This record gives sequence, structure tokens and C-alpha cells, in this order.
Amino acid sequence: MDKGEEVKEFKVTPIRNGTVIDHITCNTALKVLKILGIGEGGVNSTVSVLMHVPSSKTDWKDVVKIEDRELDAKEVDKIALIAPFATINIIRNYNVAEKHRVELPEIVKGIVKCANLNCITNRQEPVESKFNIISRDPPKLKCWYCEREIEDISEHMV
Amino acid sequence: MEFMGRDVVSIKDFSGEEIEHILDITKKMHPVAEGEKKSNILEGKVLASLFYEPSTRTRLSFESAMLRLGGSTIGFAEPDNTSFSKGETMADTIKMAESYADVIVLRHPNEGAAKLASQFSSKPVINAGDGAGQHPTQTLLDLYTIKSEKGKIKDINVVLVGDLKYGRTVHSLSYVLALFGANLTFVAPNLMQMPQEIINNLKEMGKTPALNESLYETISDADVLYVTRIQKERFPDDEEYLKVAGLYKVDKALLKNAKENLIVMHPLPRVDEIAFEVDSTQHAVYFKQAKNGVMVRMALLGLLLIPDFDGGVI
Repeated sequence: MDKGEEVKEFKVTPIRNGTVIDHITCNTALKVLKILGIGEGGVNSTVSVLMHVPSSKTDWKDVVKIEDRELDAKEVDKIALIAPFATINIIRNYNVAEKHRVELPEIVKGIVKCANLNCITNRQEPVESKFNIISRDPPKLKCWYCEREIEDISEHMV
Repeated sequence: MEFMGRDVVSIKDFSGEEIEHILDITKKMHPVAEGEKKSNILEGKVLASLFYEPSTRTRLSFESAMLRLGGSTIGFAEPDNTSFSKGETMADTIKMAESYADVIVLRHPNEGAAKLASQFSSKPVINAGDGAGQHPTQTLLDLYTIKSEKGKIKDINVVLVGDLKYGRTVHSLSYVLALFGANLTFVAPNLMQMPQEIINNLKEMGKTPALNESLYETISDADVLYVTRIQKERFPDDEEYLKVAGLYKVDKALLKNAKENLIVMHPLPRVDEIAFEVDSTQHAVYFKQAKNGVMVRMALLGLLLIPDFDGGVI
């Protein structure tokens, strides 16, 4: 039995339609939920969260299953910033219809607010935030405008 | 080397070779900056000087540089009487200024403002200070002052003292001094010491700085003493500020231990970190330093506005 099969022992039933976010960096699942707005109301389907699960790739991982919701590209980009090794599985009628790893782009635009309150992008200017990725694991950003580095990215998601 | 039409947002926009070229051209500006020769090489060109924050030296020296080379200036020295007070974005002001002028000089209280302005303007934007961010022409004039006073930058001992944590001039100055091979010593109380990130960058450049809390211990080896103002607004109360402010006073007693040819620099304005009695000594170059600002800015304006500018000014 490999570690992947062990996940099934947690008795979280397969979902019919929706998204399974697998290989989330251990102890990061709650941040993923926050990014997706789960817990803030407006969720009409079942969300399952597994934390500290044995993983075949790393020692431990988190998994989030969201029924009846397929994530859009912007949401996937946000997840990549806090869980750079996550995989997104789109489930349709109990089958994995699409599977891909999240990808960190070279430049992150419009999804994170600069942590520097005095940065020009935090003023009323017609411009979206823009960051260069300066570290991928753990992800670290540098504001393209004011050059402030941001480590606690989930705290500054738009 | 191509300078024509470029933005000057950060000193890191230039290579070491390009910085040397700017300093060489700066030297050629001397007779015109002194009023000994007249020049009209920028006749018909307009500089928009947009100062969203007060400034004395930077604004006046940019305007003087433009006028000395035969150009004209427009702009504002504080934003209260402009559309900014009606809620206009800086981006809109920049788009307007771009159509009125050939080059834009911007001082703004928010970090990243010059970078943003450069996106909205097809004309060159020169950063004249953005909050606690960059101030590249200050760095150039500091470097020019050191080079012209000491004859070289490589291997000289530069001591930087004061607010090294927040002072924007010392961060970029340390970078260029390391780039040109100077030895650096940072003197500050722990709370005001150079950010670790900058120290790490300098180490990667092969120039590990020495750190010290005592100016007396470092003064005798120094060739250049660069003093910065400790900003009162950084401290929670007056008592804390006074403890630190009083720590580093440059006066004649301190300079007795210094090399005869030590130069004392300061980006100005000073409060009380350099005693007035120092002004009349051979060490004081801070007013000359401010004067050099005009020449450096003349060189830069020539390079950005005239194709293949070689410093010929007549």
C-alpha cells in the first residue's frame, strides 16, 4: 500500500463534481480556505479539509476538497503563492477530468497588496500591484514599485 | 552607452561604467555651473519639476541646472495649489506634464511613485526622491564629491554615521561605494544600524562592512565621514530621541583624532549633528557637496535630452 492510498483510509468520500486541491504544503490548508473565501458565508456545498496527511512526495501534506466548484485561474494563482507544490484536480462525475500542478508565474499582478502602506500602489492610482518572485520555496515577493519584500503573502491577498 | 530618453528611477538603473561616464561628464559642467561660461545646449527644452513634498536643494539645483544649460522650467513646489488637492491622481498629472515638457523631475512622499510615473510618461522621468525609497541623483552627487575630493574611490575608508536604518541616501550610497571598491564602516546604535538585507548584499559584492557603535573608535582611519540626520519622528518619545541624537556629534574635539585630509559630508539639512565650528575647517565639504548637485544634474539632463552628449556645452 503506498501513502497515496492511505489517504482513502481517512474516510473522506470521493466527490462527484468539484475540485480536489492536493499536496498543499502541510499546515497551509486554512490559508487556502481563506483565499477561496470559504468560511465567510456564501458556500453552498460540502468542503472537506484534511490536515497533516502522509504524502508520497513530501512527509506530510494537507488536502482540500470542494464540492460543486471549479476554481478559476486567478484562484489557482493565489494558491500557488502559498502552496507552490499543490495539484489541482477537477472532478466531473467522480472522474478526474483535469489535473495540473499550480504554477508560480515570474510576475504576480493584481492578486496581492503591497505590505508597505506607503507604497504608491496603496494610493488611489490607476495601477494594479505588481511583484517579482524572489523565492519559490517558500514563496517570497518583491514589489516592483517600492521594492518591499513580502513573506506573509496570505495576509496580503486582495 | 545610450542615455537618451532613459528614466532615472534608481541608481541601479546604471551600470558601473555608466556611472563613471556620468561623473566624467559632470566634471565638464564646472565652468557653466560656476557662471564662467554660458551655454544654450538645452534651448527650447522644458523641464517639469513636480514636487509633491518640500525640498530646497534638490528642486533648486534641478531648476538651476536646466536654466544654466539654456532650458526652461515649469512645475510646482508643493501640491496644495494644484489639481492634486482636488483629488487628481499622480498618473493623470504625469500624463499632462508629459505633453508640456521634455523631461519630468518628480519628488513624491510615496515609495515607488517614480517607477509608476515612468510607466505613464514617454518622456524621461527623473526620481528626485520617493518617500523612504530611492534618490539616485543624491547618490551621484555624493559619489562625485568623494571622487573629486579624494581623487579615487577604490580602497578609501568611508565611515557612514547616524540613521543608517531609515536614511535613504546611505542605502544606495553604500551600494555604489562597494561597487567602486571603497571600504565601509557603519556607525550607529543597534536600533538605527544598516538593515541586514543591505549588509548581506554588500557581502555578496565582496565588501563586508565593519559595524561599530562608536564614532571615536573609527574616526582616525576614516578618509570620508558621511553624516546623516537622525530623524526625530522615528522615535516613540523625545527622551529616546535625545539619547541617540546626542551620541554622534561631529565637532572640533572629535576631528582632532582624524586624518588631516578627512572630508566630512552631509546630505543636508543638518540639525545639530555637525557643530557649526566644523564649517570653517578644511574637513567640511557639505556645502560644496550641495553645489556639486547642480553639475551632476546638468550632466544628467544633457545625457537624457541630447543624442550622444559628450559634455560639450557651448
